[in-house]
Amino acid sequence: MYRFNHKDLLGMDQLSVSDINMILDTADSLMEISSRDIKKVPTLRGKSIVNFFYEPSTRTKASFEMAAKRLSADTLSLSATDSSMVKGETLIDTARNLQAMNPDVIILRHSSSGAPHLLARYVDAGVINAGDGMHEHPTQALLDLFTIRKKKGRIKGLKVVIIGDIAHSRVARSDIIGLKKMGAEVTVSGPPTMIPVDAESLGVKVVFDPEKALNNKDVIMMLRIQLERQSEVLFPSLREYSIFFGLNKEIIKRAKKDVIIMHPGPINRGVEITGDLADGPFSVILDQVSNGVAIRMALLYLLIGGERGDNLD
Amino acid sequence: MITWIKGGEVIDPRKGEKKTLDIVIKKGKIERLLPPGDFRPQGDIDLKIIDASGMIVTPGLVDMHVHFREPGEEYKETIATGSQAAAAGGFTAVACMPNTNPINDSRSVTEFILERARKANLIRVYPVAAISRGSRSESLTEFGDLKQAGAVAVSDDGRPVTSSELMRRAIEYARFFNLPVISHCQDLNLSNKGVIHEGTISTKLGLQGIPAASEEIMVVREILLAKLTGYPVHIAHVSTEGSVKFIKQAKEEGIPVTAETAPHYFSLDHTAVVGFDTNAKMYPPLREPKDVEAIKIGLSQGVIDAIATDHAPHSLIEKDVEFDKAAFGIIGLETALPLTLALVREGVMGLPEAIAKLSYNPASILSIKGGVIEEGKEADLTIIDLNNEYVVKKESFKSKSHNSPFIGWQMKGKAILTMVGGRIVNDKLKISN
Repeated sequence: MYRFNHKDLLGMDQLSVSDINMILDTADSLMEISSRDIKKVPTLRGKSIVNFFYEPSTRTKASFEMAAKRLSADTLSLSATDSSMVKGETLIDTARNLQAMNPDVIILRHSSSGAPHLLARYVDAGVINAGDGMHEHPTQALLDLFTIRKKKGRIKGLKVVIIGDIAHSRVARSDIIGLKKMGAEVTVSGPPTMIPVDAESLGVKVVFDPEKALNNKDVIMMLRIQLERQSEVLFPSLREYSIFFGLNKEIIKRAKKDVIIMHPGPINRGVEITGDLADGPFSVILDQVSNGVAIRMALLYLLIGGERGDNLD
Repeated sequence: MITWIKGGEVIDPRKGEKKTLDIVIKKGKIERLLPPGDFRPQGDIDLKIIDASGMIVTPGLVDMHVHFREPGEEYKETIATGSQAAAAGGFTAVACMPNTNPINDSRSVTEFILERARKANLIRVYPVAAISRGSRSESLTEFGDLKQAGAVAVSDDGRPVTSSELMRRAIEYARFFNLPVISHCQDLNLSNKGVIHEGTISTKLGLQGIPAASEEIMVVREILLAKLTGYPVHIAHVSTEGSVKFIKQAKEEGIPVTAETAPHYFSLDHTAVVGFDTNAKMYPPLREPKDVEAIKIGLSQGVIDAIATDHAPHSLIEKDVEFDKAAFGIIGLETALPLTLALVREGVMGLPEAIAKLSYNPASILSIKGGVIEEGKEADLTIIDLNNEYVVKKESFKSKSHNSPFIGWQMKGKAILTMVGGRIVNDKLKISN
């Protein structure tokens, strides 16, 4: 019989198709809580969850916090500026100190790829990767899969294009792994400076020109262009980027009529996507945010709610 | 006192020969080499007998590339602990790179290193001095003064000489003093913030990559500068297929260039980084299987002259951290020999060739003593048990640091006795001095 049997969620690569289905199904059943008048259930009462964000984040941090609170867990938020990291304490020492307070889950956002893996070796608490460097952002991928499944009724067989800075994107990496596992076809697109070497080894097709890459697609995932990449000579200007690699209402005509547009946020309006598309009928960007809370509730529940692997109903 | 090493198979890497011979050592020198049975000690002499039957006896191994961290980072390694690690690994001589703190760019640091080595009193430690002051690629160090103080070569290892003009002048100036020039090949702009080889694994793990071209561009530059100046350049830690190809081509054209690689470049590839193991982080980074193959071919064809460890001790402070924040480098002195012997069993090289790359060749490149077993020469010898099998254990390292990706590896072949100038410095046979 299937059991969800994980202590940590470090990356999408550790999850099986059954695990992913279980998380999405659980999120489905928890979705309703967020629309109640009293948005709280006692499921995780007495559990403590540490939100440890070593990198700035609004959406992900708020989403985890909201998810934990709706399940009645106690939460504690730490950021790099108010942690001892600024005093030169190492990640491992910080981790050991947190562990000494015996939390159930530590949610880590960190600028170094692999930091949650390091943390997980030193703490008994479950570790959830809330984004590590350029490596993975598994909860984003799960909420993306959830959103696609809700909108399209399936994931298998869909044609998905991810456009933007694939090389530096943890969202892209996790999405690619998740989408491939669930049977979607993935194309990545963007300037060659932003496509990682040997990208095909990830199991994706590479089509540099977004206009061509959009052809006949069911799902478009836009990535945020990080403005600091300009100084790393990956592209000359935002102006030129938006002309050749931005999503606009002209090129989107190449995609399927019922295409959905996703974006992990925060959006640079007028750079990677025009404002009218971000707010328009194809956009599911805000659904992603709502779904994110449900996905994170599901995960917290599966990782620490009662017997690991119990179904909700 | 006379030491008599009996019945070992003696390897002469210069001649490429393997013969059963007895070695008679007196006053720290090899007095006689003779067929078994020919030595008949007479009278009442103080005689120490080492039974080496079933073992091989080689010239003491020479590692032309180590980092002993002293002065400045004694918590990682000292010249004394590094010397112990070397002796345990079968090495009787090492050349230590100048990237200490302060950098070895002056007579006083060179003399300090030699003084520490004398105090440690185990193996021969040869300082390599910096090419540029502070290894900043701005101005030359005093090659003449450094050589007189005891430096055997110059290198800015740990960093490349970024200015091609300065490198050219360094090679020209080194010629006057007959100092070997060793180059750490890395285009810093291209390697940028990279932490592992750029390829499928960097893409999978989301770690900044260092393309092979970052090394190869500089290898080609050094080859062209060797051609321009007509004076040899030695390429340190070759790791890529392209570097092997360019060095091979240069040698075929008669350009004076020599090269070394390190055991990890023929024993591991970039998949070792999966799981974010910081003991698989070094510069140059572990490359692809095709590069590992090319390094082996380079060794077998003589394109790569020497095997050097690039022994780079780091403590947990530098290694037990986030991958991108971890220091580059691994220790190697105590694993180099068995890893090289694995290549011999694999058929990449004959045993005498392998030993040449670990002794005679690096000694010749540096023009230092050692690398031969001949009557009248210093008794720097290593006795190796080719059949000794063991698992590498963290606790067994003599090095002060334990940053090795080979912990837990099953090894075959061990230096069971190391002798420097007739004195035993590593005695797994339990022959007391």
